[in-house]
Amino acid sequence: MECVDPGKTFSSWRKAARDLLERRVAPQNVLWETGGLFGSAVVRETAQPCVIPKVPAAFLDLAQTVSYHNDPDRWPLLYKILWRITHGGERHLTSIAIDPDITAARLMEKSVRREIHKMHAFVRFRLMDTDAESGRERYAAWFEPDHYIVEPGSTFFKKRFSNMDWSIITPKGCAHWNGKSLIFTPGIAKNPIANPDQIEAAWLTYYRSIFNPARLKVKAMQTEMPKRYWKNLPEAELIDELIGSSRPRVDQMLTEELRPVKPRPKNAYLDKLANMSKEEREE
Amino acid sequence: MELQSKLAILADAAKYDASCASSGAVRGDSLNGTGVGSTGGAGICHSYAPDGRCISLLKLLLTNSCIYDCHYCINRRSSNVRRAAFTAEEVVKLTLDFYKRNYIEGLFLSSGIIRNADHTMEQVIAVARTLREVHDFRGYIHLKTIPEASAELIETAARYADRISINLELPTQKSLDLLAPEKSLTRTRLAMGKIRHKLDEAHDRRKNGDKKLRHATGQSTQVIVGADASTDADFLARSDDLYGNFKMRRVYYSAFSPIPEPSKILPLKAPPLIREHRLYQADWLMRFYGFKTSEILTPEMPNLDLDLDPKLAWALRNRQDFPVDIQTAGREILLRVPGLGVRNADRIIHIRRHTRIRLTDLARLRVSLSKVQPFIITADHHPNSMLLDSDKLRARFLPKPVQLELF
Repeated sequence: MECVDPGKTFSSWRKAARDLLERRVAPQNVLWETGGLFGSAVVRETAQPCVIPKVPAAFLDLAQTVSYHNDPDRWPLLYKILWRITHGGERHLTSIAIDPDITAARLMEKSVRREIHKMHAFVRFRLMDTDAESGRERYAAWFEPDHYIVEPGSTFFKKRFSNMDWSIITPKGCAHWNGKSLIFTPGIAKNPIANPDQIEAAWLTYYRSIFNPARLKVKAMQTEMPKRYWKNLPEAELIDELIGSSRPRVDQMLTEELRPVKPRPKNAYLDKLANMSKEEREE
Repeated sequence: MELQSKLAILADAAKYDASCASSGAVRGDSLNGTGVGSTGGAGICHSYAPDGRCISLLKLLLTNSCIYDCHYCINRRSSNVRRAAFTAEEVVKLTLDFYKRNYIEGLFLSSGIIRNADHTMEQVIAVARTLREVHDFRGYIHLKTIPEASAELIETAARYADRISINLELPTQKSLDLLAPEKSLTRTRLAMGKIRHKLDEAHDRRKNGDKKLRHATGQSTQVIVGADASTDADFLARSDDLYGNFKMRRVYYSAFSPIPEPSKILPLKAPPLIREHRLYQADWLMRFYGFKTSEILTPEMPNLDLDLDPKLAWALRNRQDFPVDIQTAGREILLRVPGLGVRNADRIIHIRRHTRIRLTDLARLRVSLSKVQPFIITADHHPNSMLLDSDKLRARFLPKPVQLELF
């Protein structure tokens, strides 16, 4: 049994995996331990390293995404798949969706993708300050992702908000954009952003008003916006109140007196429309 | 009036529009611009309201004053609802403020009809123009257009927007005459035809090298379900017409929903949400599964079965076509198996080249076994032929009786 430290990123794992492959170390003989007491990712010299066959791009894509997952088992799983591709003669393994290893990896890939998508959706920026000279605004957001997705999730914000400065602060790493470069720094355990943002009041008004009390579907909401995100979404504080008041609001509508139909007012434009419709009917 | 009050009125007035899609725009971002915004790829839902609906766009009416009298609409002229109007600057500022905080993908702007169609269109366009030209806003814009507006104005709207739409609201002229006397099916179809032509032109220009062309990429529409006696067959026939003739990206079905200002000729009922859902399912069968309207509904049965999804209902009426061998059946046959979606059908076709498919494999693809089993043959499974013939099959799929949901 060999202890190996995969490090924290795809590239550190990749380096360690290459070394193992060259020395033909089978997956069952490897113990992957991040920051482990015994192992290290130091490349060992071997007399005759075997040549690693070219690895399909589809695997690299999959492995890169899976590497952002928070499950420590991702490293041995990826190595097992890699071993089967390079030493087991299963070059097309990644396309076998029913293989148990691939199923497991695809599930992790899916959670990572979903979390990136939710980051794009649920990060909420607050205005910190505006540069008096240039007028350039600086925003910051606090977000708590389940997986290590700050790096892959940040390109989107760079493209979308390239003309404002922003920081996304999370316990799993932070991203900062200053208009020129995207910088990543280690995570911060607690939300440091204290400033309230005046626009939040308008956002809450919007959320309250766009809700239709006659079509309550709480489960549908929660499937797409799970509760674990609520604490960082300002609008979520309204949810209970909106659900609670929906039934009385609908009952109120249903008992409302029916409004009579009024005759068409004198209006040249409405007359014109009526004439057009009449001609259409006659055609 | 204070901005917050206007926002409350004009967002409330806009909430009956079901569409909130922000997908399908040309890819673009603000890296080489001066403002904010990016589009392209799948849309993003930035929040969800307790009605289960996605909040992707800032959906507003410019004003809820309206000279039309559509009886299903809270903003009709005979309603006593409180009226308000935004200035263009107010909408522009709200859009940018919300966008920069990552609350929204962009703006969905509609308006009550004020004075006439052209005047109203001009007001709506002014907002989009300011966003695009003054603020270099590159986020998503959906503009509602009016069939009677001039072709030039509609084209101007399309140049600033990513998506434009005209709401048909009801599937036949008969229904419109009753509930929306100012609306005309003929004029709406005519305008949709012109829009399609412009969209096609823009598509060609983009294909021939004008990659950065700013122009809407699609149109959509909405119909209200359950406001009158229109049958599901009426709706699906109209959708067929709209998808086929005008390349609609989407037809939205919106269950008629109680409004605070009920009209005498349209008494309120609770919305039949399940009917709306079944129509969406049927709509997907037509667009992605190769079903014809005539297969989904028949003259004797003009409404969808509310208890069963339309594909399952079709399969139960056509048991002679089953069971289907998963190992050999063609794609179009697999797509007709209840419980198999487009993605899984394609995966099965890929996988079966390498392996004999068994039930456990389908379970790994997260196919619902209890749903597909009666209709398929796999290496390790052959359905009980008695079951396929028996009426018990229908009973097997009917929803279990449940207690009414308590509030």
